[in-house]
Amino acid sequence: MSAAGNEWPLWEVFVRPKAGLEHKHCGSLHASDAAMALQLAREVYTRRQEGASVWVVPSAMVTASDPAEADMYFDPMQDKVYRHPSFYPLPAAVDHM
Amino acid sequence: MYTQAMDLAPQDERLALQATGDAEREARFEAHVAAGGWVEPKDWMPDHYRRTLVRQISQHAHSEIVGMLPEGNWVTRAPTLERKTILLAKIQDEAGHGLYLYAAAETLGTSRDEMLAALHSGQAKYSSIFNYPTLTWADIGTIGWLVDGAAIMNQVPLTRCSYAPYARAMVRVCREESFHQRQGFSSLLTMMKDGTGEQRAMVQDAVDRWWWPCLMMFGPPDGQSVHGAQSARWGIKRVSNDELRQKFVDACVQQAEVLGVTLPDPDLKWNDARGHWDFGAIDWSEFWRVVGGHGPCNRERLAARVKAWDDGAWVREAALAHAQKQAARAAKTLEAA
Repeated sequence: MSAAGNEWPLWEVFVRPKAGLEHKHCGSLHASDAAMALQLAREVYTRRQEGASVWVVPSAMVTASDPAEADMYFDPMQDKVYRHPSFYPLPAAVDHM
Repeated sequence: MYTQAMDLAPQDERLALQATGDAEREARFEAHVAAGGWVEPKDWMPDHYRRTLVRQISQHAHSEIVGMLPEGNWVTRAPTLERKTILLAKIQDEAGHGLYLYAAAETLGTSRDEMLAALHSGQAKYSSIFNYPTLTWADIGTIGWLVDGAAIMNQVPLTRCSYAPYARAMVRVCREESFHQRQGFSSLLTMMKDGTGEQRAMVQDAVDRWWWPCLMMFGPPDGQSVHGAQSARWGIKRVSNDELRQKFVDACVQQAEVLGVTLPDPDLKWNDARGHWDFGAIDWSEFWRVVGGHGPCNRERLAARVKAWDDGAWVREAALAHAQKQAARAAKTLEAA
């Protein structure tokens, strides 16, 4: 990350497109504090009724998995086929269960 | 995630990994991109890919921001309240587009301040189309129809750019840009249909002045494009300059007819064999002159951006000082409790 002396901190913006749906990450922005981040998020990411609710989270507070280790990290799930309903063939009479 | 501030593995551990087999990683990267794979901010990528993207995305962002200036020129003189609110909404969109793009460029590890400093020093470029003046109200409609029309042609293929944050930003931009083009055409159509002879002449004059600079927006001919081949291989540029330019001309001819204006090119002629419109030679010396800083408004545009940045310095500092004071107070209250 480049040195950013007096830059306003970076925030991640999550928008709930409409009631009943989950918040979804849609971008980031700079703001001096949480109140300003919320206000700017509304101006930048919901100018056309794209949202019913907005979350802002300081980017520095996000901890992420390492993409370089994605294979190792997520692969073991692939051989656990018994976690999927299709692993269990049932008689035709009840197969739509 | 758009952020570059995320917590990852310790630096030294990552550097040690990096030393081993950069060539192998590069080969894997090339194969991944060639197969149409996406690249995310924290994925390994060659330095040159990163630099190319920072240059292209930041230039794109600068263009959106500088592009607000020629339009801002007419906000107070829009002919009706409706046209004024439309123009304001469009200018706000341009600001938004600039912000999406700066955020996407920042994920590559270059700070917003660094990008702005490069713009303000003249080191970074922006689209040379914005170095032309907006002399009449018809220029505003023409910018919507032709400049935004050309921008859309350029931008739609970028929604499939290999660098995913850029592609995602472009999806959003393209969705909004279509309103820009339509409102421009509608504004011109009103003048051509319901206007006076003088107003129709004003539209024709605007089209005469903007047509050729718009064809230049697609960049130099394919043979002369400096970054073309590599950008194509990396999935940064998926359609060539000349192909996009042809597509734009083909689309505009019919629109001009509907509008009732003449495109200022005597060589414009339907070519049955090619299935495209032939058009005249572009004056590339003008393009290079404007890119090189000698267009009609280069100095004015840059000076306006630098002034806005300098005049806003106290606001940025005060907001940060306020936030720090509030945080310190909150910490103190917590301690006392």
